[in-house]
Amino acid sequence: MTSTETPVGDPIEGLVGFTVVLRSAGLAVTTDRVAAFLSALDALDVTSRTQTYWAGRLTLCSDPDDLPRYDRAFEDWFTPPRGGGRTRIVDERKPPPPKLAALTPSTQGESDDEGTESTQVFTRASGNEVLRNRDLAELTPSEREHLRRLLALLRPELPTRRSRRLRPSRHGATDPGRTLRAALRDHGEMRHLRRRDQSRRPRRVVLLVDVSGSMEPYADALLRFAHVVVRRSPGTVEAFTLGTRLTRITRELRMRDADRALAAAGRAIPDWSGGTRLGEVMRAFVDRWGQRGAARRAVVVVFSDGWERGETELLGVQMSRLHRLAHKLVWVNPHAGKDGYAPVQGGIVAALPYLDDLLAGHSLATLEELLEVVRNA
Amino acid sequence: MNDRPAGPADSPAALAAALRSTGYLADDGLATATFLAMRMNRPLFCEGEPGTGKTALAQALAQVLGAKLIRLQCHDGIDASQALYDWDFPRQLLHLRALEATAGSGALDTEAVEASLYDPRFLLARPILEALQTTPSVLLIDEIDRADDEFEAFLLEVLTEHAVTIPEIGEIRATVPPLVVLTSNRTREVHDALKRRCLYLWLDHPDLAREIEILHSRLPGIPERLAAQVAGAVRALRQADLLKPPGVAETIDWARALQLVGANHLDVDSAAATLGAVLKYREDADRVRKQLDTLLAS
Repeated sequence: MTSTETPVGDPIEGLVGFTVVLRSAGLAVTTDRVAAFLSALDALDVTSRTQTYWAGRLTLCSDPDDLPRYDRAFEDWFTPPRGGGRTRIVDERKPPPPKLAALTPSTQGESDDEGTESTQVFTRASGNEVLRNRDLAELTPSEREHLRRLLALLRPELPTRRSRRLRPSRHGATDPGRTLRAALRDHGEMRHLRRRDQSRRPRRVVLLVDVSGSMEPYADALLRFAHVVVRRSPGTVEAFTLGTRLTRITRELRMRDADRALAAAGRAIPDWSGGTRLGEVMRAFVDRWGQRGAARRAVVVVFSDGWERGETELLGVQMSRLHRLAHKLVWVNPHAGKDGYAPVQGGIVAALPYLDDLLAGHSLATLEELLEVVRNA
Repeated sequence: MNDRPAGPADSPAALAAALRSTGYLADDGLATATFLAMRMNRPLFCEGEPGTGKTALAQALAQVLGAKLIRLQCHDGIDASQALYDWDFPRQLLHLRALEATAGSGALDTEAVEASLYDPRFLLARPILEALQTTPSVLLIDEIDRADDEFEAFLLEVLTEHAVTIPEIGEIRATVPPLVVLTSNRTREVHDALKRRCLYLWLDHPDLAREIEILHSRLPGIPERLAAQVAGAVRALRQADLLKPPGVAETIDWARALQLVGANHLDVDSAAATLGAVLKYREDADRVRKQLDTLLAS
């Protein structure tokens, strides 16, 4: 925004300016929403501050998270400046931190690869096999690049459950509608009974990815994995990150392009590679999402090393709640694939009684195994 | 809309007053939202914690407008035939047999038979079709977050066109579009395409004064002291980090339960006896029971 004038002249201009500020504050303000805002004001009293406030809030917001941002922008825009110059409207948000880019291989890696492109193609067939079993934390940049491509090739099959919806079928109860239509073609003679039966519907899958410091080497690959799974069935897969707080990243991961999706998810995660308080974060998940419906009868997968700094008792309670809500509760611990691993970390010990499965997930092969477990859940 | 009954729809304040007369207390935002929903002919999308009065709003609106309330409860796997219309197959079959019986020896004309089968009298109107055909009406689409994506996509058309097309009959269009209220408990994110066509209303728990007022309006004759105590205690419970914080519905339930057991004020004994009306988890009840006296002192 370059405009530094007070929005008094043309009210429409001022109002549209307000929507621009909202957009830069992160609200999804589309043209039709702006149009709705203006026609709402048309029906109301545009000189009333309260009515202007509500006209905007009702038409331009779409999520409880939008409300504080809306309130702040409204306050900034419609409160006359006290004393000196008008508050400037500039996008003061910091550019998104490039944390995720730092985790992914540097772009110089690509130029490195170019020289060896032909040999790489040559060795790929056997290379895939080796890479599948490599620990994700120990990959070189070019192997990471290769792994990304392999991850993008995954075609996860998601679990299903019986639905109440009836579909034409060979078995089940008679379907009067189809029977009647068939009879009609035979001049009212019922020659065959048509039947219908319950169909299969996708079962919800919830992915909870720990992005705390101790999981950092795996976070990038696991988020890419989550992206592949979310993209496969955007309506039925939910993804969250666990750190010092809970962040829902489903919306970001729905983007088609993996790199853009991950960059967006990276911006959404405020606590990248910080600490964990697994118990508290799990409680936030069960309270806000799990109990309400996201985890109900779903397959819930927790990706974490179970490193819990706080009391593990809370984590145990939350896992037992989650266990009661979910259809299957699976824990994926990258360290579980290593030799001599024993589930002794405090977090894992507390969670263990409530798990249906404890898997490794430190390599592509083990992630494929996980997909198999999820599909058959 | 011009053809809506004049009166409550003249201004948000008039509407709030009309809602108040039905016992529903609307604040500025809610009154403006419902007013705009009527004026702009847009569905009202209500989201908020369970028990903040989303469903009650639709009921109150129907009462204010003198309209029929038609309710569609969404659930997993709901589809068009449960929401829109269905054909009455048994009666169609019966009709077919009757035709055969009266046709004598001559062969039936298939086309004529088919046309007579898809007569509007064999059409079973489900909530949405019923709402389009009833004037005036309030259509409550309850807990849309329980339905699946396909159903949302299907609603888009109905909500913007106020018309449905039945292949065998043609288009059925509402003469006066129904006032549509959608509710969601946020168990799942509803698609933005649907939200964009609606007015978005986020309902919070009311403040203390308003909640006391709600108690008085819902339970006429409740002692002043009891209402204030119950509202205050519920407020404290909401801050007590429970699995399921009580909503307004629970506040009313609790006050009613206390009156039924003959308590005219809230103390540790009466609270303990009626705690089931307000807390719905054993863990919550256990925790609260232990610290009832501190809770009631606040």
